[in-house]
Amino acid sequence: MQNNPFKGIISLFTSAIGRIFVSIIVPLITFLVLWQGFIFLRDTEANQFLVVLVAIVWGVGGVMLLYYVTNWLIEKLPKEWVNRLQPFIFVGPALAILAWFLAIPTFRTLILSFQDQTSRVFVGFDNYIFALTDRIMLEAFRNNLLWMIFGTFFSVSLGLIIAVMADRSRFENVYKTIIFMPMAISFVGAGVIWKFIYTYRGEGAGIAEIGLLNAIVIALGGTSQPWLQQPPWNNFFLIVIMVWLQTGYTMVILSSAIKGIPAELLEAARVDGSNELRIFFNIIIPTIKGTLITVSTTILIFSLKLFDIVRVMTGGNYGTNVIANEFYLQRFTYGNAGRASAIAIILLIAVVPVMIYNLRQFRERKAF
Amino acid sequence: MASVTYDHVWKRFGDFTALNELNIAIEDKEFLVLVGPSGCGKTTALRCLAGLEEVSDGKVMIGNTVVNDVPPKDRDIAMVFQSYALYPHMTVYDNMAFGLKLRKTPKEEIKRRVEEAAEILGIEALLKRKPRELSGGQRQRVAVGRAIVREPKVFLFDEPLSNLDAKLRVQTRAQISKLHQNLQTTFIYVTHDQTEAMTMATRIAVMNKGLLQQLDTPQMLYDYPANLFVAGFIGSPAMNFFSAKLRKDGNNLMVDTGAFAVKVPEVKVSTYMHLVDKEVIFGIRPEDVHNPLFVPSDVSAAEIPAKVDFTELMGNEIYIYLIAGEHNFVGRVDPRTRFHMGDEVKLAINMDNFHIFDPSADRENPPAVR
Repeated sequence: MQNNPFKGIISLFTSAIGRIFVSIIVPLITFLVLWQGFIFLRDTEANQFLVVLVAIVWGVGGVMLLYYVTNWLIEKLPKEWVNRLQPFIFVGPALAILAWFLAIPTFRTLILSFQDQTSRVFVGFDNYIFALTDRIMLEAFRNNLLWMIFGTFFSVSLGLIIAVMADRSRFENVYKTIIFMPMAISFVGAGVIWKFIYTYRGEGAGIAEIGLLNAIVIALGGTSQPWLQQPPWNNFFLIVIMVWLQTGYTMVILSSAIKGIPAELLEAARVDGSNELRIFFNIIIPTIKGTLITVSTTILIFSLKLFDIVRVMTGGNYGTNVIANEFYLQRFTYGNAGRASAIAIILLIAVVPVMIYNLRQFRERKAF
Repeated sequence: MASVTYDHVWKRFGDFTALNELNIAIEDKEFLVLVGPSGCGKTTALRCLAGLEEVSDGKVMIGNTVVNDVPPKDRDIAMVFQSYALYPHMTVYDNMAFGLKLRKTPKEEIKRRVEEAAEILGIEALLKRKPRELSGGQRQRVAVGRAIVREPKVFLFDEPLSNLDAKLRVQTRAQISKLHQNLQTTFIYVTHDQTEAMTMATRIAVMNKGLLQQLDTPQMLYDYPANLFVAGFIGSPAMNFFSAKLRKDGNNLMVDTGAFAVKVPEVKVSTYMHLVDKEVIFGIRPEDVHNPLFVPSDVSAAEIPAKVDFTELMGNEIYIYLIAGEHNFVGRVDPRTRFHMGDEVKLAINMDNFHIFDPSADRENPPAVR
C-alpha cells in the first residue's frame, strides 16, 4: 500500500468524499425520521394506543437518536474541536429549552411591562409607578410581608419544635405522619377544606352556622364571626393555612438534619454541663444552621409567590390581597398586560436576592 | 478528685445483660483501665458513670455520693469520646471554654485555664481554628483539653486512641500517662487494646460478657491471671494453651499433653494434687518457650519436642510457630536461634512460670489454679 502513493491519494479522496457524504446524509435521515414522526403524530387518526406507542418510541428514541447523531458528527472533527464542542451537545438542549421557556418569557415580560394595556404603546415607567404607589398594591405588599414574616416564622419554628420533640418520642413516626399529611394536599384543596372551617352564614332567623370554628365559638358561648372578612386578622387566618400545609415539609427536612447530628456530640454537651434547652440552642441549632436557612428561604419564596390560598379563600378581597393575586387580576380580569407584567417583574426582583442567598448557602455547604 | 464505686451494678437492655453485678472500688487518683473485647460491657460501665445510661440496679458512687439520679451535668466529670465529639461550629478555644461558660466561670479565669491546658497539650497555635481544620491527632488533643480545663473530679476516656495511627497512638499513650501524673486525678479509661491497658493503668479491670473477670495491677494480671479468659486476653502474642492431663508418676506429678509430658516442680506439686487424673488446660506464655541453647541460667527448663511451622523475625527476637502433636503454639526466642520451617527441634519451657486451669470449675471461664 505504502509503495503506491497513487492508490493512497485515491483512498484519501474517496474517504474524504465518503465522510462528507455520510456527515450530511446521516443527520438528514435523522431529521427526516424526527420530522415524519412529528407529522404522523400531528395528523394521524390512528388508534389511540398506537399513537401513544409511537409517541413514546418517537419521543425517547428521537432524543437518543439526536444525541447520538450529533455526538457522532462532532467526533468527526479534529480532536481539539471535539473537546471544545462535545459538552455543548449534551448541555445544549437543556440550555435551549431553558432559554425558550424561561429566559425569553422573562425578557418579553420585561418589555410588556413598559407598554400599555394593549401592548402596543411604550409608556415608560408608568406601570411601575402604578405598581409601587397604588393603594391596592401597597396593601398587597404589606400582606406579602405579613406572609413572609409570620408564615415563615411559624412554619419553620413549629416544624423545628415538632422535629425535636418527635425525635425523643416512641411514637415519632405516628406524629410525623400526621403532621406531614397535609403536604399531599394542594393549596387549592387546602383552601376548600379551610373554607369549611371558617364558614360564616350570617345572622338571621333560621340560619345555622356550619363552620367548624364558629361551632366552637358558639359552643363556648360566643357569637359567630365572619372570620375571613375582618381585616387585618383575616390575613392571619389565611396564613394559618399555609403553616398547616408547610410545617410538614419543614419538619421532615429539619428532622433528618437533627438525626444527622452525632449522638456523641449531644452527650459531650451533656457531660460538659448543658441542660436540654442549652443543647437545643448551643448545639442543635448551630449544627443544622445550613438546613434551617435553606428551609426558611424556601418557605420565604413560597410566601412571596403565594397565590392559591388567597385566590380560593377571599379572592383578594377584605384586605387580603397579595402581589401574585393582584398580578392575576390585572392580567386576566382587567386585561392590563402592562401593569400585570410590571407586577411580575417586581415579584421577580423581590425573589432574586433570596435565591442568590440560597444558592450561596448551597455552595458553602459543598465546601464544608 | 474523688473515688468511684460500682456497687452491685446491673444494666439490662431488654433481655440483654450488659453489666452483670459489677463491683469495682476505684480509689482516688487511680488510673483504672476497663479492658475487654467489644460488647463486654466496658463502655456501658463508663456511660453509667457519666450518667449517659441509667443503671438498672445497684449504686454508682462518686466520692461518697450516690449519683444514680444525678444528671450528667451535675456529676462533675469530664469525658473524652472515641469520636472526640468536638462541637463543629465552635473554634478550638470555644470548644474548650464551653463547659466553663456553662458554669458561669469568670472570663479571665476561662482564658487562663484554656491557655494553660493548650500549653500542656501543645495546641496554643490552634485555638482559633475550627475542628474540621485539624488533623486526627490534633482533634484528639483538643478533646483532652476540653476535659482538662473543667478540672473535674473524674476523667473518663472512651477508647480515645482508637482513631489514631499506630505511631501517634504510642506517643499519645505516654502523654496521657504523664497527664495523669501531673493532674493527680482519678482516670477511668476504656479500651479493647490490652497493650494500652498494660502500659497506662495502675489497675486493670478485665471484663467479658458483662462480667468482671479480674481486677488487679497489670503485673499481677499478667503473672497470675484468674482464669482462662484473662490469661488469653492479656499478653501479646497470647498465652499458649494445651489440653492436658495431670498424672502421677511415682513421686512426680506430670502434665501430659499427649505430645509431651513435663514434670511439675516439687514446690508446686501439692497445689495441683487435687487435679490428678483430671482434664486440665496447661498454659505457657510465648516468652517462657526458649531455644535450649539460650536458656537463662535461672530458669528450670523442661525440654519438649516440636516441629517448626514457620518463623517471624522481629529483629530483637523471633516468633516461632510450632506444632506438637495436635497442639499449635508460639515461642518468642532469642534472635540468634536458627530454626527453619519443617525442622524437628527441641524447645525448653520455663516450668517456674506455667499455668494450670481447671475447665470443670467453670465451663465458660475456667479459673486458674495457683
